[in-house]
Amino acid sequence: MAVITYREALNQALVEEMERDPDVFLMGEEVALYNGAYKVSKGLLDRFGEKRVVDTPITELGFAGVGIGAAMVGLRPVIEFMTFNFSILALDQVFNSAAKVHYMSGGQFKCPIVFRGPSGAALQLSAQHSQALESTYAHFPGLKLCTPATPADAKGLLKSAIRDDDPVVVMEGELLYALKGEVPDAEDHLVPLGVAEVKQEGRDISIITHGKMVHVALQAAARLEKDGIQAEVLDLRSLRPLDMDAVLGSVRKTNRAVYVEEGWPFVGIGAQIVGLIQEEAFDELDAPVLRVTQADVPMPYSKGLEKLAKPSIERVVAACNRALYRD
Amino acid sequence: MTDARAAETSRRVEPARRDGKRLAGLDAETLHHLLYQMLLGRRFEEKSAEAYALGKVGGFCHLYIGQEAVTVGAYSVLRPDDYVIAAYRDHVQALAKGIAPREVMAELYGRSGGCSKGKGGSMHMYSAERRFLGGWGIVGGQIPLGTGVGWAIKYRGEDRVCLCFMGEAAVNQGAFHESLNMAALWKLPVIYIVENNRFGMGTAWERASALYDIAQKGGAYDMPSATADGMDVLAVREVVGEAVERARKESVPSLIEARCYRFMGHSMSDPVHGVYRTKEQVEEAKEKDPIRIFIDRLKEAEVLSDEALKKLDERVRGEVEEAAQFAEGSPEPAPEELYRDVYAELPERGRIFFDGREEAGGAWRS
Ligand SMILES: Cc1ncc(C[n+]2csc(CCOP(=O)(O)OP(=O)(O)O)c2C)c(N)n1
Repeated sequence: MAVITYREALNQALVEEMERDPDVFLMGEEVALYNGAYKVSKGLLDRFGEKRVVDTPITELGFAGVGIGAAMVGLRPVIEFMTFNFSILALDQVFNSAAKVHYMSGGQFKCPIVFRGPSGAALQLSAQHSQALESTYAHFPGLKLCTPATPADAKGLLKSAIRDDDPVVVMEGELLYALKGEVPDAEDHLVPLGVAEVKQEGRDISIITHGKMVHVALQAAARLEKDGIQAEVLDLRSLRPLDMDAVLGSVRKTNRAVYVEEGWPFVGIGAQIVGLIQEEAFDELDAPVLRVTQADVPMPYSKGLEKLAKPSIERVVAACNRALYRD
Repeated sequence: MTDARAAETSRRVEPARRDGKRLAGLDAETLHHLLYQMLLGRRFEEKSAEAYALGKVGGFCHLYIGQEAVTVGAYSVLRPDDYVIAAYRDHVQALAKGIAPREVMAELYGRSGGCSKGKGGSMHMYSAERRFLGGWGIVGGQIPLGTGVGWAIKYRGEDRVCLCFMGEAAVNQGAFHESLNMAALWKLPVIYIVENNRFGMGTAWERASALYDIAQKGGAYDMPSATADGMDVLAVREVVGEAVERARKESVPSLIEARCYRFMGHSMSDPVHGVYRTKEQVEEAKEKDPIRIFIDRLKEAEVLSDEALKKLDERVRGEVEEAAQFAEGSPEPAPEELYRDVYAELPERGRIFFDGREEAGGAWRS
């Protein structure tokens, strides 16, 4: 297995899928000549030319819609948002057009499009450039959503997303691009949507999470281990479809759970997961399911405040201790 | 002040020209077909209004009466494999693209025989087979999509075109400007047709737009633009025809403003006149009824007899009646349709709906 960065893994996924299928093209701001604001599309222009790697004006709503229209008549666009913060301008197209056209047309028009780009908090970028919008996108039936945490998943999930016949949102971790990891050499390394992964087995408590927070959870689990607590870390990998079997399986094993996410708490992903666990595994629980989220405020700029606002290893450890009635 | 501007601007709508020469280029059969399509649209909508009043059609129901010349004239230069995308005032547009009246009516009734299986309704008619990419309900939302269809045509090196319709109110939206810029920049074969029926709901165009003349907006994108008399089916045909040819041969977009008038209220819940326009204004506009003036011209040019007209109208009424009967008899969508078509592809593992439905034996899955 090759060890490559998350960024390279995404790049490989794009290269392979564009090689495989001439209907796949990449469109977005700075994706071509500049090689991508985060260099995910490095070298693609040279390889595939201007027709298939397309720089756009700064018109998120417009080019998201161009992709959707093209998808409706059979192409397979990959639309890059420079970051998901700017995708907010395109929400009408993603929510009102892409998510609904298959249903509204009684199944006549498919919309095989991928919206991808960096997401989540970065470092001291303040309120407009540091936000995790998973729950916003996960809210809409008709969309699929995945959040790769590792290079292997970045490649495997993006490839699956491109091949999927529905609109798929791929939220990459803005701070994960340089992360290195093993990526299977297999020609067709695909990670299916809807299959979670146990990152670490444990029997005392389940830390359930997704995206960048997987790494925070793993570090929290390592600290807990020093206290003799075996935490199980479950990476959901995709939020719609959601591997509830894996969630319930883990909770049935440990009887306690903490959900960790970068987004805000109110109507967040954690709120949904907690709701489902109590509906479907109430009798298995030995303690309330707790959540660790970003503070319920816009992201502050100051280093100290920003640290306070984000989920941290300490807060995850503390939440686990509470769920274990150890504090 | 508003009234003065409205009066001034209403003069800017060119009267239908009556030179017989414009008829000469087309044979009687083609001319009769244009009339047939406009009449079908008119009668169909009269029937829809009736069905709406009886509670058989629900939701919003935006009628197109008075604007028939725009769609019929514009489509008359298309090939069947060309695309059309529209806003929510889409019944007549769907009909003119060749969707059977019974399917359009059944869609209005929300029945399974509808062209969107009863899941779209009045504002969301679709036909993949007819290359009709739908009615869309968010003002301006369809404009980037039409641009994307143009993108796909160019990507594949085809010589098709896409007509992208919108009401004049959409022209002040970002989606319009973003799209025209990209279409002109990338030379996409899209013809943007603005149906200026003078009102966005109750807001007259001159109360909503700093610039009255929509064709001028094309100048901002270096895009060929024109104004057409939208009450004259042949005038629309001519102007759109030039744009379509340009798009097909040179892959160049165009912007066309068709000046027309909405004879009915904005939707069925909106009175024809009283709030934002007077009865007299509506009556005056009706003197330019596109169907009546076209009939007059055909008669003048001696390509239409009273007898033929009567026959045509009978045929249209019969088709509309048949459509209504089909809709009445078409079954309600089956309950399992509720969950069908949300996704094209369901996951092998993982939950995709969150209301417990997946646990209920998965009956909806087929
Ligand atoms: C973005 C958005 N805002 C508001 C509405 C509500 N609305 C529906 S139709 C309409 C007027 C639109 O007028 P126009 O585009 O000129 O089309 P017309 O009704 O004249 O055919 C409005 C404001 C909407 N559907 N979408």
